[in-house]
Amino acid sequence: MNKQLIKQPILEIRNLKTWFPIKRGIMARTAGYVKAVDGISMHLYKGETLGLVGESGCGKTTLGRTLLRLEKPQKGKILFLGKNLLDLKRKKLQEMRKRIQMIFQDPLTSLNPRMNVLDIVTEGLVEYKIIKKNKEDHAKRLMKEVGLDENSIYRYPHEFSGGQRQRISIARSISLKPDLLICDEPVSALDVSVQAQIINLLLDLRDSYNLSYIFISHDISIVSNIANRIAVMYLGKIVEQGPASDVINNPMHPYTKALINAVPTPGIYKKKKIVLKGETPSPSSPPPGCHFHTRCSEVMDICRKTAPQESKSGMRQVWCHLYKGIG
Amino acid sequence: MIQKNSPGLNNEKKLLEIDKLTVSFETDEGVFKAVDDVSFHVKNNEIVGLIGESGCGKSVTALSILRLIPSPAGRIEKGRIILGGKDLLKLDIREMKQIRGNAVSMIFQEPAAALSPLHKIGRQMIEGLMLHKNISKKTAWNIAENWLKKVSIPDAGERMYSYPYQLSGGMQQRVMIAMALMPAPDLVIADEPTTALDVTTQAQIFELIKELRQSHTSILLITHDMGIIWEMCGRVIVMYASRIAEEGNINDIFFKPVHPYTRGLLKSVPKLSTEAGRLMPIPGFVPSPFNYPSGCYFRDRCPQAFDRCKKEKPQLVDLGNGHKAACFLV
Ligand SMILES: Nc1ncnc2c1ncn2[C@@H]1O[C@H](COP(=O)(O)OP(=O)(O)OP(=O)(O)O)[C@@H](O)[C@H]1O
Ligand SMILES: Nc1ncnc2c1ncn2[C@@H]1O[C@H](COP(=O)(O)OP(=O)(O)OP(=O)(O)O)[C@@H](O)[C@H]1O
Ligand code: SF4
Ligand code: SF4
Ligand SMILES: [Mg+2]
Ligand SMILES: [Mg+2]
Repeated sequence: MNKQLIKQPILEIRNLKTWFPIKRGIMARTAGYVKAVDGISMHLYKGETLGLVGESGCGKTTLGRTLLRLEKPQKGKILFLGKNLLDLKRKKLQEMRKRIQMIFQDPLTSLNPRMNVLDIVTEGLVEYKIIKKNKEDHAKRLMKEVGLDENSIYRYPHEFSGGQRQRISIARSISLKPDLLICDEPVSALDVSVQAQIINLLLDLRDSYNLSYIFISHDISIVSNIANRIAVMYLGKIVEQGPASDVINNPMHPYTKALINAVPTPGIYKKKKIVLKGETPSPSSPPPGCHFHTRCSEVMDICRKTAPQESKSGMRQVWCHLYKGIG
Repeated sequence: MIQKNSPGLNNEKKLLEIDKLTVSFETDEGVFKAVDDVSFHVKNNEIVGLIGESGCGKSVTALSILRLIPSPAGRIEKGRIILGGKDLLKLDIREMKQIRGNAVSMIFQEPAAALSPLHKIGRQMIEGLMLHKNISKKTAWNIAENWLKKVSIPDAGERMYSYPYQLSGGMQQRVMIAMALMPAPDLVIADEPTTALDVTTQAQIFELIKELRQSHTSILLITHDMGIIWEMCGRVIVMYASRIAEEGNINDIFFKPVHPYTRGLLKSVPKLSTEAGRLMPIPGFVPSPFNYPSGCYFRDRCPQAFDRCKKEKPQLVDLGNGHKAACFLV
C-alpha cells in the first residue's frame, strides 16, 4: 500500500478560532469576546487517538463543537479527509456529519427526555436509512456493547443513573461507526470498573474499524491509557503536544507539569503538591505575553511581554520561553 | 506502607444516621429496589466517601436524604434518616424546604439537574441565599459573586449575568458547588462533584471543601475517583447492587479490603501509565435489578464464590474498628 496514503491525516485543523461575543447593555453591543478557541492547529491520522487535556474552561468542548459545526468559528480551516468542512453546503455537510460523531459531556442535556432509549440509540441508523426493521435488535445489541440491560430499551433517560445515561449517549454515538469520534469526558461519570470496560470497548472499536478519536478528558491517567498523542490546552491555545508517553514521562510546559503532578494517586500520599496559585485568567482579556505567566512557577521577564513561539523537536512541540533553544 | 492519619474518634457525635433505608422504583418492567436495607452514619466534621459501580444506588441514597426521589415512580419503602436528631422522613413539605439548601445542600451529579437553563447564574445563586438567610439582594449578590471567585471562575462579575449554556461543563459544576457551599450547611452531599474538573481545578475545590470542614460542615462524598477518596475521606462506604458491601476507614479499605468486590474495584483503578493499553475491569456487568442472583448479589462475578453464596444473602459483619463487610469469607 502507498505509504503516503496511510499518512494522510483524517483531520487537519488550521489556525481555528471560535470566539463568543460578550454583549452588554440594553443595546446589546459587543463589548469583547470570550476567546474560547484561539488559533488552534492540529492534525489526526486514521486510527489515531489524540488526548486533549486542559483546565476547565480552556476551550476543549468548544473545539469539539466547532468540529461538528455546532459553533461557528471566527476563522480557520477544518479539513476532514482533505475537504474544508467550513465550505460545505448543507447536503454535503449532512453526509459528513454521519462520519463525525460526538459523545457529549453532559448526557442529561444531550439526550431527548421525550424519547425512549430504543429511539435514542437507533435514531442515527434510521435517519441515515442504515436499518429499516429490527430496530429492537439493533438497540439491544448497542445496549449490550456498553454494558446496559438490553431489556431497558423502553425506558426514558431520566429513569437511569448518571453513569447509565452516559453509556446511552456512548451507544448512540458509536451506532453509526463514524470515522471520527469526539469523546467529551466520555467516562467521567463512570466508576472505575465500568470506565475500564468502556475504554476497552473504545480500544476494540478503534482496532476493528480503525476509528480515530479525539478524547477530551480532565483525567490524564485515563488519557494515558488510550491516547497515542496528547495535546495540552491552556486558555484557548495548545501549549504542548507530543507522543503520550513522552508528554507524561517528561512534561515540558510548566502547566503540563502542574497537571501531571496534581493527579491524586490512591495509596500514595503526596507531600509536595504543586497547587496552581492565582486566579484563572479571563479568556476575554488574557494576560499579555505567555497566557500562563500569572500562575507559572518558572516565569521570566520575557514571558510577561512576548508570547512564546512554537519550539519543535521531533514529534514534540511546546510553546514556552524556557525551550527557545530546542527548535 | 504509608498510612493516613484518619481523623475522627469513635465517640464523636453522629450528624446523619441512615437506618435500614429501602427505596424502590416502579417501571414498566416491574418494581425493583434501588436501595436495599442501607445503614450508615456521618459524624460531625467528617468526610465520608460513598463508592460503588454505576447504578448501584449512590445517587438514590443521596436523593433520599433530601427527599427528592421522583414520585410516584420512586418510593422510600422503609427506614429512617436522622439528621441532628430529627427524622427527615417524618417532616412535612414546608419543614423539608427549610432543611434543603440550608442545613443540607446537595451538589448534583449533572449540572442540568440543578441549574435552570432559563435564568442567569447570578439570579439562581442568590435565590436560595435570600430565602434562608434573610439578607438583601445586594448583599446576596456580593456573597454569590465572591463565591464564584472562590471556585476559580474568571470574570466572576461578568459571569453572574451568564446563562448556564454559556459556561463550560466544569464551570457549571463549580457554580453548583458554590451554591451548595455558600450557606455553610451542616451537611453537604456531593454527588460526583468534580467529574468535569481537571486536577488542578479539582485541587483548588477540595482545598475549599477542606476549609469548610474546619468550620463544622460534614460531607458525604460520592465519587468513583479513588484518588479523591484517598485524599479527602476518613471513612468509606462501598455499595454493590443496592446494598452495602463493605465499610471502613480509609486505610482498611485501601490496604486491607476484604470484600471481593472492593478488591476488584481497587484493581481496576487506572494508573498514570506511559503505555496505552487495556485496563483490568471486574469481569462481567452489574446484574439488572430484575435479575439479581439468589444469595449474594455479587455471586456471578465473584472469583471466590462458593456454595453458600448461592443460598443466603450475606449480612454486614463487624470486623472491629468500624470495619464491616457483607461476605461469607469474613
Ligand atoms: N427515576 C428513576 N426511575 C427508574 N429507575 C431509576 C430512576 N432513578 C434511578 N433509577 C435506577 O435506580 C438504580 C440506582 O440508580 P442511582 O442513580 O442511585 O445509581 P448510582 O449509584 O448513582 O450510579 P452512577 O454512578 O451511574 O450515577 C439504577 O439501576 C437506576 O437505573
Ligand atoms: N455558548 C457560549 N456562549 C458564550 N460563552 C461560551 C459559550 N460556550 C462556551 N463559552 C465559554 O467558552 C470558554 C470555553 O468553554 P468550553 O466549554 O469549551 O471549556 P472546556 O475546556 O470544555 O471546559 P470544561 O473542562 O469545564 O468542560 C468558557 O469560558 C465558556 O464560558
Ligand atoms: S513562557 Fe514563561 S510564563 Fe509561560 S510557561 Fe514558559 S516559563 Fe512559564
Ligand atoms: S459472599 Fe460469596 S459471592 Fe458474595 S462476595 Fe463473598 S465470596 Fe463472593
Ligand atoms: Mg467541556
Ligand atoms: Mg449517580
